[in-house]
Amino acid sequence: MPDLQELGEAIKRGDRDQSAMLTNAAIAAKVPAQEILDVMVAAMDVVGQRFQKNEIFVPEMLIAARAMKESLALLEPLLVDAGITPIAKAVIGTVEGDLHDIGKNLVAMMWKGANFDVIDLGTNVSPQKFVDAVRDNNAQLVGLSALLTTTMPAIKATVAALKAAGLDTAKVVIGGAPVTQEYADEVGADGYAPDAASAVNVARALL
Amino acid sequence: MKLDQLIASGPVVTDGAWGTQLQTLGLSGGACPDEWNLSHPDLVAEVPRRYVEAGSQIVLTNTFRANRIALTSYDLADRAAEINRLGVEISRRAVGDRAHVFASMGPTGKMLLAGEVSEDELRTVFAEQAQTLADAGADALVIETMAELEEAELAVAAARQTGLPVVACVVFDSGAEHDRTMMGVPPEQAAARLTAAGADVVGANCGQGIAGYVDICRRMRTATSRPLWIKANAGLPEVVDGEVVYRTTPAQFAAHVPALVAAGAQFIGGCCGTSPAYIAAVGKEIRK
Repeated sequence: MPDLQELGEAIKRGDRDQSAMLTNAAIAAKVPAQEILDVMVAAMDVVGQRFQKNEIFVPEMLIAARAMKESLALLEPLLVDAGITPIAKAVIGTVEGDLHDIGKNLVAMMWKGANFDVIDLGTNVSPQKFVDAVRDNNAQLVGLSALLTTTMPAIKATVAALKAAGLDTAKVVIGGAPVTQEYADEVGADGYAPDAASAVNVARALL
Repeated sequence: MKLDQLIASGPVVTDGAWGTQLQTLGLSGGACPDEWNLSHPDLVAEVPRRYVEAGSQIVLTNTFRANRIALTSYDLADRAAEINRLGVEISRRAVGDRAHVFASMGPTGKMLLAGEVSEDELRTVFAEQAQTLADAGADALVIETMAELEEAELAVAAARQTGLPVVACVVFDSGAEHDRTMMGVPPEQAAARLTAAGADVVGANCGQGIAGYVDICRRMRTATSRPLWIKANAGLPEVVDGEVVYRTTPAQFAAHVPALVAAGAQFIGGCCGTSPAYIAAVGKEIRK
């Protein structure tokens, strides 16, 4: 019996070779895909919690997510065969006028680690582009990022555009250096995440 | 220009924020501030002119984003040389011989650790920017607002090739005590590694208000013999009725200056949210 707990540990410490090896071993031993996936997602949850508690920082989170991503790719065909789909489809991007992508990339990474299907629209994304992507992909979740106080108003414009397009069933989570819960409330966003790990919890609570 | 002569008579007053100042002059959100060197040189010159009038002994340049990678996002990569050259010339013309011109070099916005950019690419773009700034007559180069220490180290190495004095600063905004960089690096390690990389002055800027930088400065002091450079924000931005405000007043900001000097800071100025009024208050406190 392959050691699923070891797989979780390998992901937590970002040991991609070990996690890939253990994923392949679990697959070979015919462990149900859902069970393997659950272990991976739980491991990333622990990584997220450690990050929120300041026990680890971005580098540790990055290598864990990379190990998770590689293991998840190995598992992908089995998930498809078993009819297991990502728990939500998410559209994410940095709002119009803002070219910063580090924070947005970290959230995308953690959402993927939580088994969300993430469509990354990049930076400087217009409200209309968000509307089109949410509609075309039937997304349940939208992530809006802004790093600058000057581009933060584009969050408000994007939320308004989604509502105007009748897409308010998609839950909007916002974040970025100047963004606060008060601002989220003010512009009518469904959630605010102060960091990439929180973005997972906030999104799960909304779905 | 000799750095030791500059600091011989006590702490040196640097300048305050540029981005938030350019906004008060009409720069719109999302526009590239550095592009104003081409389109609005007279308005850009207002910033160093006001800082010198407020008592800055060093002013920076409007070249924070003028490395080729950051400019690519604004479709301005082919104007990099021009933007950097004009940046130095604008500050120099504005201050004459009343202040030194230290040229600003900010991050690329790409994460080395995530593989978004390679070490070679960083070396190339920083070497190119540093040389252009040096050729335009900058007195020193300031590598600032770095979140990733490795990127700062590569920038220092590139800047050193010009022969100019090099200042290197990282941002402390993470961890429970806000005493870590985004990548988790504590002040001692940052100071030691920037020193080892060859920086002539090491320090920190942005990310938090001035109170938190007192202890960070003290801790950097234990790890390097180089002069220390600190530029804190006017607190953290808050949104009030849709307007962005920085709550720390110039007087509150300056009240921390004696502690910062006692902690070993030799170059003191401000970052986001600070203005000439903050610099005047800092200068007054230092000359007390």
